[in-house]
Amino acid sequence: MSVTGVAGEERHDFTKDESQQIRARSLRLLGSLLRPVRARLWLTMAIVVVSTAAQVAGPALIAYGIDTGLPALTQGDWMPVGLAGLAYLFTGIVGAFLIAWYIRLSARISQAVLLDLRTRIFLHTQKLSLEFHESYTSGRIISRQTSDLDAIRELLDEGINQLVRGVLYMAFTGIALVVLDPVSGLVLVGALVPLVILTRWFQQRSQALFRRSRVASAKLIVQFVETMTGIRAVQAFRTERRNQKEFGRLVEDYRDVNARVIQLFGIYDPGLILIGNATVAVVLLVGGFRVIDGGLAIGVLLATLLYTRRFFDPMEDMAMFYNGYQSAASALEKISGVLEEQPSVPDPARPVDLWKADGTVRFERVEFAYTPERVILPRFDLTIPAGQTVALVGSTGAGKSTLAKLIARFYDPSDGVVELDGVDLRQLHPKDLRRAIVMVTQEAYLFSGSVADNIALGKPDATFDEIVAAARAVGAHEFIEGLPNGYDTDVNKRGGRVSAGQRQLISFARAFLADPAVLILDEATSSLDIPSERAVQEGLQSLLADRTAVIIAHRLSTVAIADRVLVMEHGRIVEDGSPAELIGGTGRFAAMHAAWRDSLV
Amino acid sequence: MSAEPQHQHPPHAQRIGTVRALLRLREYARPALPWIGLGMLASLSAQLVALSIPQVLQSIVDGPLTDGDAASVVPLALLVLGLGVLEAVLIALRRWFVLTPGTRVEASMRNALYAKLEDLPVSFHDRWPSGQLLSRAVSDLNIIRRWLSFGLVLLVVNLVVIVIGIGILVSMNWMLGLVFLVASVPLWIVGYRFEGRYSEVSRRSQDQAGDLATAVEESVHGIRVLKAFGRGKHALSTFRAQAETLRSTEIEKARLDASIWTWLIVVPAAALSVCLVLGVWLASQGVLTVGELVAFFATAAVLAWPIESIGFLLAFSLDARTATDRFFDILDTRNEITDPERPVSVERPRGELVFSDVHFRYQDAPDRFDDLLDGVDLEVRPGETMALVGLTGSGKTTMTALTTRLYDVTAGSITLDGVDIRALSREELRTHIAMAFEDATLFSASVRDNVLLGRPELTGDGGADAAGTADAAGDGPHEASGDPEVLAEAERVLAEALRIAQAGFVYGLPDGVDTKVGEEGMSLSGGQRQRLALARAVAAKPAVLVLDDPLSALDVSTEAKVEAELRSVLASTTALIVAHRPSTVMLADRVALLEYGRITAVGTHSELLRESEHYRFVISSLEDEERRQATAASDRVGRAPRDGRRDDAEAIAAAMADDGERADAAASALRELTEPDLDERGLTDREGVAR
Repeated sequence: MSVTGVAGEERHDFTKDESQQIRARSLRLLGSLLRPVRARLWLTMAIVVVSTAAQVAGPALIAYGIDTGLPALTQGDWMPVGLAGLAYLFTGIVGAFLIAWYIRLSARISQAVLLDLRTRIFLHTQKLSLEFHESYTSGRIISRQTSDLDAIRELLDEGINQLVRGVLYMAFTGIALVVLDPVSGLVLVGALVPLVILTRWFQQRSQALFRRSRVASAKLIVQFVETMTGIRAVQAFRTERRNQKEFGRLVEDYRDVNARVIQLFGIYDPGLILIGNATVAVVLLVGGFRVIDGGLAIGVLLATLLYTRRFFDPMEDMAMFYNGYQSAASALEKISGVLEEQPSVPDPARPVDLWKADGTVRFERVEFAYTPERVILPRFDLTIPAGQTVALVGSTGAGKSTLAKLIARFYDPSDGVVELDGVDLRQLHPKDLRRAIVMVTQEAYLFSGSVADNIALGKPDATFDEIVAAARAVGAHEFIEGLPNGYDTDVNKRGGRVSAGQRQLISFARAFLADPAVLILDEATSSLDIPSERAVQEGLQSLLADRTAVIIAHRLSTVAIADRVLVMEHGRIVEDGSPAELIGGTGRFAAMHAAWRDSLV
Repeated sequence: MSAEPQHQHPPHAQRIGTVRALLRLREYARPALPWIGLGMLASLSAQLVALSIPQVLQSIVDGPLTDGDAASVVPLALLVLGLGVLEAVLIALRRWFVLTPGTRVEASMRNALYAKLEDLPVSFHDRWPSGQLLSRAVSDLNIIRRWLSFGLVLLVVNLVVIVIGIGILVSMNWMLGLVFLVASVPLWIVGYRFEGRYSEVSRRSQDQAGDLATAVEESVHGIRVLKAFGRGKHALSTFRAQAETLRSTEIEKARLDASIWTWLIVVPAAALSVCLVLGVWLASQGVLTVGELVAFFATAAVLAWPIESIGFLLAFSLDARTATDRFFDILDTRNEITDPERPVSVERPRGELVFSDVHFRYQDAPDRFDDLLDGVDLEVRPGETMALVGLTGSGKTTMTALTTRLYDVTAGSITLDGVDIRALSREELRTHIAMAFEDATLFSASVRDNVLLGRPELTGDGGADAAGTADAAGDGPHEASGDPEVLAEAERVLAEALRIAQAGFVYGLPDGVDTKVGEEGMSLSGGQRQRLALARAVAAKPAVLVLDDPLSALDVSTEAKVEAELRSVLASTTALIVAHRPSTVMLADRVALLEYGRITAVGTHSELLRESEHYRFVISSLEDEERRQATAASDRVGRAPRDGRRDDAEAIAAAMADDGERADAAASALRELTEPDLDERGLTDREGVAR
């Protein structure tokens, strides 16, 4: 089984090699995220080094104050103890200042990394083809962008803090200890053995659990999003209780895996503390005898004990870091999987510019199939001259939408070439492609924001007048004016307030504003009432006069404005001619047309 | 697109104290509270043990080490070891006590939030972007859980430890201890100021995170539009702007964090440096032994971390407070559409649906606007099929949504068999009235479960098999309840509904009716989805069927067949059908015209065509008029009125009588069309399915 990209995302039973492959790719991602901030990262570490040194100096200064300052003071010499006091204060102030600096700097780093990662995921998911989105589902992408990023954020927020400080603190304390008393240092080194064993155990167990936790949280999110998106149907069909049961199950799964992670950590963390405390006892034992033997000063033993204890102080932090790291690593695994997905409709490596498109669309020996057995469009040739308006008709599933999507390059053909003005769409600069070819689908999605924003999506730099003109052209102006705040009305979530027909009008205005050389309308007027449709058609007649258009419509009223009609059946074009020719004939179109006319009254 | 950050502070959100805000968690945390208490106890004991270790060290330094008593070193070292083990055990206990109950609290809050959201009316969901809801359900509850089981425990314990520690310091030597006490005063002031400022930023950051989640959601749900217009980059730039806003808020948070840390380190350091000089002086004066001095500093060292941690724990608590507020934002939302206290039941509804002076306006509609529905009066008789016609945006869809109380009327009433629908439980009302929406929503479940969504009694226990199932339906063969009769009935209802909606294509799907569809399953075309949604409404076998432009995405021939099948259903069912097309209107016995928020005309299609200018405007197109001219003649002579709606055809013919003689090509083409195409289309459907 493959573990490339998002494949195998929900599996838990990775082999060692697969596991390594996944780890490697998430580490690569982590590396590439940290590279741009490496200068600041080094600075952070430097700050931490100094501030940790300041902190570590504390016990030494106290030891100095007692061992040297006390005897001196009995002699009436205030100097050493005064110095120790001042030095202690100074290290405190420096330490505090550095820590504050460090907190700000590390927040900057972690936020920069998050921003980078967010942007990358966003950009990449936008690049991935519809095919990917249809199978991966929006819920999972949302969970990648939300709960997975939360996990990484937790690591970055607390983690760098814990790791850098912990490691350095331990390193410094360790070094100070070794310098102060090599024998105690040796004891400390001995303590590292059980520590490593325990950590290794925790790593292996927690990795698997964290992976499951990511999957469980994604499932939860998928169900949540689906319910909220489909709330009307949920309520109308009374599925609330059934959904709650199901959601409750997912919540319980997630809770269970979380609780297990926590329990695992509940063994790891006290384990570390135990090791630390045992080490202190051993240092005391070893040191105590040496003091009695006269081999060690009492002050030194005290400092040694303090250092040993302090050495293990950040242990809990480190354990937390490691826990967070494991959690973030699983999130990174999932994210790196998405980022590893290759767009099946990739941008060209060397794009061909097409500043001004005429709009000639040519299919040459094009075939489209999902798999060799599932051929949707058998091999065909088709040329649509610039400026021609073509109507695509045929029953549901005849392949009309697929053909249209090939022109819009939502898909690439399995074989053959689709060309615009003689340029293979796959070579065309994406910007030029999208400027030249626009597709309006039946599903008229509105983004939150104002009506004007939504229309302006067709041309982000459009002036307000242009937006109004576009709305007028498709007959949307009146209803928009009638909205509470006119063009500035917020369309709310999923355009809740705007009716389906109005949504289509807005998306029409969008296309109108985009002013492409080739316009594809896929069932774009299905929800319009007849007067609106009439207005749209009037708009279309002027809009389509000098551009190429491909219109898919179940209602043949639209066909009237077409220069040419293509009738599709089982993925093949079975009739091709002007509307008049076809209506006059005895073919399928003539029959369909008659049926449609009949349906009108 | 530009997604104004929408911060939904409910109007009553005057600020209450952080403690009181967090106390609201009691409701959900109650079962965990004893455990949290035990956890605190364990944690406190652990800290006390940690504090006692220096005491033991002192007695070792002052005792055997000074005396050179080698024999007592070993037992004392063992004592230290024993205390160390005890500390570890207590810490383990703390975790075991607290953490699992903590996850239960989180889970129960999550379920409560979900249940509340499902219960809240559609108008609530219209206002709230789902990213905001999602960030509450996931991130916020996660923060609360961690705070309860970690932050709260540490905060309480550390405060206690600090108090006890300072007590010990004072009892060791009151002068040295006093220095510490005095030093804590500025920290209280700093902490207080920090609280106010940090809470504000914390709320802002969590709201912005919710907005960002919304932006992500829209970018994936609207992916087709973004792709079609090549606006990925544009969407990216707005997304990025939002992400940057969040980043700067986070950095602001870090700045506040940094400042409190500074204080929490500088102040104790200053206190300790004073203590060092003072302590050494006291020792030189013989007031203190060296051992006591050592113990003093050792104790102070133990206190260093609890003191430093206060800043972080305070911030954590404030984040948890924000999360709690955000959670209760939803839970406190009053549901305006609730079940009556004593619901009435309509045993066998005849299906008489009456709108009496129904008014409706959206809550946020400006005052200068008239009600969207401004006194609708309409009576749909039992068994009658009523078409609802009106311009786009005239309120037809809203009117249909009122019938199942997805929204409630602002004034007036709707009755079912003479009973106000608000007197019924929502559950019952929605059993009697089933809807098909124009934008057909399919859930990630099998075709079977989607179609039988309104018939839980036929799909097993209505639990794991029900729609909305993330994986149960897709992973294995369908397992309904074992009762063969129920099973057979389910099959029958399913087959019938699919036949009526002309959704035979599902049999050609890879797993037939068990194929998983919806977002997590196979993607279907708009027309296919619409047919399944129609099948779902039909399968619910309601007394009243409410269909919102149910055929808009169907091609002409399929539409004709669906209509033919629907007639049989509609013959016995009351129906309210939103119609944009004459073809859909033809399904109806009568037509109601919605205009200016009122029903301005009710009658048969032909009556309205004759009498209402607005109706003609709404329902007939230009080509239609041409067509009328073209076919009037043939209508008069040849066309058999369909399905007994002779009066309509005659009326039209009459209306067109003066149009004169025209050709009749279309009429004959119709006859050619209807029959021979049938089989082929069935085939086509099956092929189309594959996509």
